[in-house]
Amino acid sequence: MNPQTLQLICFYAFGFVTVAAALSVISLKNTVHAVLALVLTFFSAACLWLLLEAEFLALALIVVYVGAVMVLFLFVVMMLDIDQEKMREGFVKFLPVGLIVAVVMLAEMLGLVGVRAMNAHVLGQNPAVAAGMSNTEWLGHALYTTFLLPFEIAALILTVGVVAAVALTLRERRDARYETPSQQVRVDPRNRVRIVKMAAVRPDEPTASQEPQS
Amino acid sequence: MADQLINQVLWPVIYILCIVLPLVIAVAMFVYWERKVIGWMHVRLGPNKIGPFGILQAFADVVKLLIKEVILPTKANRFLYFMAPLIALIPALAAWAVIPFSGQMVLSNANAGILYLLAMTSMGVYGIIIAGWASNSRYALLGAMRSAAQVISYELAMGLCLVCVLVLAGSLNLTEIVNAQAGNKGILEWFMWPLLPVFVIYFISGVAETNRAPFDMAEGESEIVAGFHVEYSGSAFAIFFLAEYANMILISFLASILFLGGWLSPFPASWGFIGHGGFIWLFIKAFLMSFLFLWFRATFPRYRYDQIMRLGWKVLIPIAIVWVMVAGCMKFFDVVTVGVGA
Repeated sequence: MNPQTLQLICFYAFGFVTVAAALSVISLKNTVHAVLALVLTFFSAACLWLLLEAEFLALALIVVYVGAVMVLFLFVVMMLDIDQEKMREGFVKFLPVGLIVAVVMLAEMLGLVGVRAMNAHVLGQNPAVAAGMSNTEWLGHALYTTFLLPFEIAALILTVGVVAAVALTLRERRDARYETPSQQVRVDPRNRVRIVKMAAVRPDEPTASQEPQS
Repeated sequence: MADQLINQVLWPVIYILCIVLPLVIAVAMFVYWERKVIGWMHVRLGPNKIGPFGILQAFADVVKLLIKEVILPTKANRFLYFMAPLIALIPALAAWAVIPFSGQMVLSNANAGILYLLAMTSMGVYGIIIAGWASNSRYALLGAMRSAAQVISYELAMGLCLVCVLVLAGSLNLTEIVNAQAGNKGILEWFMWPLLPVFVIYFISGVAETNRAPFDMAEGESEIVAGFHVEYSGSAFAIFFLAEYANMILISFLASILFLGGWLSPFPASWGFIGHGGFIWLFIKAFLMSFLFLWFRATFPRYRYDQIMRLGWKVLIPIAIVWVMVAGCMKFFDVVTVGVGA
């Protein structure tokens, strides 16, 4: 079997799993199952990227989305108690609206694909291979030299997002009690406990026990 | 065709077995060693009945676990309940693919080895969360919740530590990272010295990632009985056990590879025989690191939830971020000589 056939088979296998998992995200009844299907979607998408030799993006997708974002998602979804029957009530009512939106989106996407296909140009050689570097190395060079400014701006926007999210949700409660660990560490035992030195003393022996001996 | 099959299917499978089977036996011996060491620290004898010095105790336990009944709680999610141990085990074993045992002995010399490891170790938490949720038990769910929050927080600190290492080494490949620590001065060339705070943080995060004492909130046997695996019995429980210990050994190997020069000898190369690198050095280092896990367990009391979060977010991550900059400066001003090549 030549490598290209194998790659094609792998592509279709991963592609099938991706599509099937993505479909089950929206069709499964149990929300936890849906989140796990989304995890599978990300994972098989990462496998597809690996086939394209985009190893950095593939592994970053797993580290960031599968390893962190989806864990938090699962965390939240597991805590929810969703009444499935109630959620399904509006399904028929909103179906026509949903269908119209879906058809419009499909038409737009097909139009976009058609326009792109008209002035399509063949992609050049993989720049990482052309430069004789690994994918990660090439990406690093590109990000930190050619695209340094956009990269820094993106980083800044993300930082602003983090600060804003914390600022919006952080509410200090007046009635909650906090302890300061540094204060706890600095505590001197002599301020809390007083050690008293005293000689050992024997209690007076009761007279009752002495009588049988004498 | 037959040639291809042998070269691309049969040999890799044999190599994989050469890693996995010794790993499973190492886990069994590590469990024995743990019980023995903790026994000595408690001034007890530890296991001493089965085999000479009780050395077969772990195998007896395995047989016991395998013949026990696997119980499925009522209203548990059957599919996920039985998938969870496997989801925990697979990343724990898959991560071993990129570990270099010596200069030539590595299953997959992947370019992005560190990223792959980060991806695999970050997936281990799914086993715990799914087990906790699928068991339909409050204790198990509490354990899963605690574990999810903890693992995510410490993964950040761990990632930043890895960034320091790869800034100095200039590569994501584990073999090249070890080679970058080679030099004429033996132990003094290891990344442990320029990255000492990061080394400590990495190991602390590693202990937290594997949910071991003093970070074993996910189990917390005195508060939530046994956390996420309270409902598991028999072989399903044994698989969780295997995954946890395989992860501990993995973290020990990683700490040795990233900071302690992997298979390199601690003595200068000019010292003749003991100055040569070899996988035996890696095993000695990993053994010493894994001993720390047991020592921690026997000596430290368990952290409280808020204390764990504080340590992770307010202490470890800031130090790691500062040290990323320090490592960058070290690299820029050539303070650290990297790799004469081995």
